Amino acid sequence: MKRIESLNMNRLTKQEIPKAPTKIKHYLTAALIVLLIGWSAYQTESSFIDFVEGFPNMFDLLVQMYPPSWSYFDDIVPAMLDTFRMAVIGTTMGALLAVPFALLCASNIAASNWIYYPFRFILNLIRTIPELLLAAIFVAIFGLGPLPGIFALAVFSMGIIAKLTYEAMESIDKGPLEAMTAVGANKIQWIVYSVVPQVSPYFVSFVLYTFEINIRVAAILGLVGAGGIGEYYDKTLGFLEYDKVSTIIIFTLMVVLLIDYISTKLREKLL
Amino acid sequence: MIEFHRVTKIYPNGVVGLENIDLKIEKGEFVVIVGLSGAGKSTLLRSINRLHEISSGEITIDGKSITKAKGKELRRIRRDIGMIFQNFNLVKRSTVLRNVLSGRVGYHSTLRTVLGWFPKEDVDLAMNALERMNILEKAYTRSDQLSGGQQQRVSIARALAQKAKIILADEPVASLDPLTTKQVMDDLKKINQELGITLVVNLHSVDLARQYATRIIGLKAGQIVFDGSAREATDKRFSEIYGKPFEVGTNEADREFKYESIN
Amino acid sequence: MKSVARPVKPKKNRFMLWSIYVLLAVIYIWALSGIPIEGFKETAGQITKAILSGILSPDWGYVYLPEGEDLLRGLLDTLAIAILGTFISAFLCIPFAFWAANNMTKGKIAAGTGKFILSFIRTFPELVMALLFIKVVGPGSFAGVLALGLHSIGMLGKLFSEEVENIDFGPIEALKATGASGLQTLWFAVVPQIIPGFISYTLYRFEINLRSASILGIIGAGGIGTPLIFAMQSRDWSRVGIILLGIIAMVTIVDIISGYLRKKVV
Repeated sequence: MKRIESLNMNRLTKQEIPKAPTKIKHYLTAALIVLLIGWSAYQTESSFIDFVEGFPNMFDLLVQMYPPSWSYFDDIVPAMLDTFRMAVIGTTMGALLAVPFALLCASNIAASNWIYYPFRFILNLIRTIPELLLAAIFVAIFGLGPLPGIFALAVFSMGIIAKLTYEAMESIDKGPLEAMTAVGANKIQWIVYSVVPQVSPYFVSFVLYTFEINIRVAAILGLVGAGGIGEYYDKTLGFLEYDKVSTIIIFTLMVVLLIDYISTKLREKLL
Repeated sequence: MIEFHRVTKIYPNGVVGLENIDLKIEKGEFVVIVGLSGAGKSTLLRSINRLHEISSGEITIDGKSITKAKGKELRRIRRDIGMIFQNFNLVKRSTVLRNVLSGRVGYHSTLRTVLGWFPKEDVDLAMNALERMNILEKAYTRSDQLSGGQQQRVSIARALAQKAKIILADEPVASLDPLTTKQVMDDLKKINQELGITLVVNLHSVDLARQYATRIIGLKAGQIVFDGSAREATDKRFSEIYGKPFEVGTNEADREFKYESIN
Repeated sequence: MKSVARPVKPKKNRFMLWSIYVLLAVIYIWALSGIPIEGFKETAGQITKAILSGILSPDWGYVYLPEGEDLLRGLLDTLAIAILGTFISAFLCIPFAFWAANNMTKGKIAAGTGKFILSFIRTFPELVMALLFIKVVGPGSFAGVLALGLHSIGMLGKLFSEEVENIDFGPIEALKATGASGLQTLWFAVVPQIIPGFISYTLYRFEINLRSASILGIIGAGGIGTPLIFAMQSRDWSRVGIILLGIIAMVTIVDIISGYLRKKVV
């Protein structure tokens, strides 16, 4: 601690230069991160060398993947339609389920803490399960085909939509809610007249957003047998038909970009 | 008729909102409640239709205790009380007509109201209310496209559509400019005189209170410190009660403009 | 009583509204008709019960086995894949982020290209990337790391570029005025503004990657997914149960820590 005597001639005031805040926290965090990364690399047996050695394979692969097999397009169209179907129905089911769920999770709507805390907990639990896992489980129950895929998408969508919706519900203007209480409305009327009109544009936007995600997800659920275009990856990779793999990828890409574009435009118009 | 029997409200953090309030408001009165911010005006008003709960005591509306009412009975009592708010509290994205009709939901089954199937009489009632408030032409306009004054009129129309016998107004003109303030207060006065609806209004301007009220109640720290006619509510009287020169409202506009008495 | 004519309900919107309804109806009818609903397998009910009982009485012995190949190891594997993958992508996406930000790149076309590339990477299914990487470096966790690393560049790059586009230009001007070079300006004026967002988005992506990492094993790219799919195929429901619980627990814990860190950063 240094003391500087000020140049004020009348009085000598002693001032102390403030101490710089310690950087220990920063160093520790940096060290921790380096440690984590090092451990991860070890655990996953990743090595840069392997990667470099594998490079020629990658080139090989890329070469075989191009040009895509255009004739294969026709073969996979029905599967792509299936994928689209799955996304549509799954998202819709999820959206329908999400409505009551969100109402139960919103702290300004659910009647008491005993309701919304447990439901939020359940919602979070559902959201931790990866979608492919859900699909695999449903396949085990319902067998192969698009049906388990639809259920998986429904549960997955419900998780996303319900969370976004209840957060939106908690941020709406409380005024109209108060007005409906003052007018003597019962709970359902109260929700329909003051909550729904405020939340519905957001809700539709969330559903469209989830639909965008679901198209991507539906396109790979087939890897576990849950229908859609995903099962073709297995086949084509198994036979080393990389040009067909490209076809699948490109087709998926086209559909996804198209849906994304339409969906984004619709969402802009809503909000 | 509204009666307060030894009503007290103590907030969870220990602050006393209302202290032993005994009050009787007769049918047809135009009561204005004045007081500084935090004096308890809002608490008093909102306890009438039980938007705020009280800690002890009882409030009766036309002989029926709203304090003890539950569920359907509570909603029935509320149905007969209209309320207008400082921020209008309309559903912005809904049309004017829908907002006014939402005042009728207490009269019909859940199914009907959810689907929006209001009987013709209700729609007529709503339209008449809008006409009385001079905004019939905006019936199908979205509420957020209206000015503040217009929105407040829709709000009043909603209370009229409820066929309310009492209208509570919580700082109804605090967000409005002086001209619109006069219009809205005039409207309220007309409703009170022509339809005999009891009016209880919170204002922070004693001047405004004097022009419109038949009876003024002054609140200070949760207690009634003045209860008399507009004539008795002189500035001198109020500065005695409030212990300092009582300002003519905290509203900037109040200080700049003088109102003409409507008498 | 009515001196003013009553307004009529506007009919303009009706047409648009109805055509949307019709379109939706067509889509739904087509969608539903294409789904084969062969009546649930009679075994469906049985299997559901079996799964539920497996979850309710999970195979606790699997949590730790001295020889390795147990739940903990699998979860740690998964965690490692996610950490490394996220780190790589956070590192690599920075140049892309600046490329795609239209206030950093000269000319809209250049920025547009950047955005397009990020979009492409984002849309490329990461599982397919994993499959391809398996062909390159062989099956196992490394393929998973690479797939996650590459795919995450897409989303992180997009979020970062948006962050960069939203910065305040004031500090940049100030620094230029002191005569700082381009790189110095970047370091002193741009970077401090975007670091909180950077960290927050990286953590967010990490949460997502952890979930993805747990599935990668299903197709052979390492992590807990592989033992999971084995257990499912052999109908060992109590093992499925414990693995599920393990995944849920791990993801929840990481989510909580990550959420806490993200709040502190912002």
